[in-house]
Amino acid sequence: MDIKSLKNYLYWLYCQFELITCSYLMEPWEKLLFYTFNITMLVMVLYTAYIFVPVHISTAFQFFLHLLGNQHENTVSVVK
Amino acid sequence: MANPSAVCNGHLHHHHQKQNNLLKSGIYKKNGITKGMKKNGVSNGTLHKKTITEHFEQAPMYVAVLTFLGFGVGTIFGYLRDFMRAWGLEKRNVAAEREQQKDFVPLYQDFENFYTRNLYMRIRDNWNRPICSVPGPQFDLMERVTDDYNWTFRFTGRTIKNVINMGSYNYLGFAETDVNALKTVTIELQKYGTGICSTRQEMGSLDKHVELEKLVAKFLGVEDAMVFGMGFATNSMNIPALVGKGCLILSDELNHTSLVLGARLSGATIRIFKHNNMQSLEKLLRDAIIYGQPRSRRAWRKILILVEGIYSMEGSIVRLPEIVFLKKKYKAYLYLDEAHSIGAVGATGRGVVEYFGMSPDDVDVLMGTFTKSFGAAGGYIAGKKDLVDFLRTHSHSAVYATSMCPPVAEQIIRAMKCLMGLDGTTQGLQRVRQLGKNTRYFRRRLHEMGFIIYGNDDSPVVPLLLYMPGKIGAFARRMLEKNIGVVVVGFPATPITESRARFCVSAAHTREMLDTVLNALDELGDFLHLKYSRYSKSSHPELYEETRLELED
Ligand SMILES: Cc1ncc(COP(=O)(O)O)c(C=O)c1O
Repeated sequence: MDIKSLKNYLYWLYCQFELITCSYLMEPWEKLLFYTFNITMLVMVLYTAYIFVPVHISTAFQFFLHLLGNQHENTVSVVK
Repeated sequence: MANPSAVCNGHLHHHHQKQNNLLKSGIYKKNGITKGMKKNGVSNGTLHKKTITEHFEQAPMYVAVLTFLGFGVGTIFGYLRDFMRAWGLEKRNVAAEREQQKDFVPLYQDFENFYTRNLYMRIRDNWNRPICSVPGPQFDLMERVTDDYNWTFRFTGRTIKNVINMGSYNYLGFAETDVNALKTVTIELQKYGTGICSTRQEMGSLDKHVELEKLVAKFLGVEDAMVFGMGFATNSMNIPALVGKGCLILSDELNHTSLVLGARLSGATIRIFKHNNMQSLEKLLRDAIIYGQPRSRRAWRKILILVEGIYSMEGSIVRLPEIVFLKKKYKAYLYLDEAHSIGAVGATGRGVVEYFGMSPDDVDVLMGTFTKSFGAAGGYIAGKKDLVDFLRTHSHSAVYATSMCPPVAEQIIRAMKCLMGLDGTTQGLQRVRQLGKNTRYFRRRLHEMGFIIYGNDDSPVVPLLLYMPGKIGAFARRMLEKNIGVVVVGFPATPITESRARFCVSAAHTREMLDTVLNALDELGDFLHLKYSRYSKSSHPELYEETRLELED
């Protein structure tokens, strides 16, 4: 897939998003509000994921290590 | 007010006792003409002659979810805008309660107002577009722009020429400006002027009306007919003349407003059956016969079934053979509104009665309009002479409404003569054939492209499902950019999740025009992602399984 068709595809996806969420019909300031809100939410979700997911993953990893019965080593506490 | 009891003296007999109904099943008397039992046999024989192929494909689940998402976002922003209007942050462009009336019952706060103000207003430019030519297969549009997001429009003074018209009910293409074709109409206009300003019962009856009525009766193969100047009033004013208190109306859920209004005005009890669903109708009929009127438990005086020939939003064709069978079995009357089907279906354009190969006598009241196929205005009621005579004296439309304008009557006569071949050409038949061909071609191509379209394969009304509110606006605007005029339909007229575009195929569309439209649709269907159909050949949902009819006699 070359760049041009990828670009077209992305544009098409963007249009779909606009059509489905009705933002296609909005006035510019409403669109701004809608996108600000959406992007803020998205960024917050990503940031939260960035902060918490590694911690959770390593905790889960530890937990499974314990379950498998190899507690002989000193338990490494993950601090972040 | 029409006295409903008078009806039974005339054409429409009513059930005195329910036992009586059941006993009279073999032979029943109508206006002194005794019909033998063979009648029933005939209609049973034709019951399944025609295979009805109707499509009502369900969209995938995610479409409904996304549609609600769209409406959800729209509603949230609607509340935001209403909030801003209430706090004076935004100019109020709509009617609102006056300051002095703040404590009264609110007038503008129901859902429909909210919907109009906040959702419809965003795509209002796609409706009520002013045109400035005859609405034939192509027309000219007056270009208009808006500076305040559809609250007001301003004409630019330019016209958009030769837009392909996919929206007019011009089924046979009689909406034309050909001077030769309209010669007789011009002559009548010069002879009679535009109108007589009087009612049919006073000085408004002209020889033109009598001529037209004779022709309509001949065209339909019935005893008599009466014409009215307005199709809507034909329904809404004649139903109250036929039924009244103590009568029962069984009405299809998708009936046109004029039928709904007529039924309500009549004061009869109204029960609704599911669209074209014979089980539902039979159940209602059976209950009506068994239980009679509520509380008093007396038999209903008359039972009238109200149906349309072609339903203009779904494109479905009424299941007439089954309905006639049920109506005979339960001794009810049938009122058939052929507004969209007269001229448009049937081998010679005589409507659904001909389409199913039935006799016009099977239907008690045949109603139709001249607005669609005939390129004129007005409506007719046809049937037995007793019925029509009764209406001539009792219908509000005959007593209070001005009679039909004579040049309009002439236009109908011209079109009808053409259709019957009385003008010495086969042009009328050709138009009917062309319409059938165009319809099947258009529907087949849309099916192949994978759109979800509703309705019967032979119906010239073709609804294409769009579902999402954003797509309604985008679809109509982009089609207009491609010089194609379409009609889009949204919420109050359809269920909220089933917004659609509705094409009306005409005999006047050439194959090139249809191909242009189809190519544009193909392209747009990909862009807007409208091709939801999961079957190449969709089957009916279980609702449409064959009716269980006992053909015991
Ligand atoms: C089924 C039906 N009946 C009656 C009418 C009313 O006819 P007219 O537009 O001629 O008043 C219409 C028209 O839209 C219709 O669709």
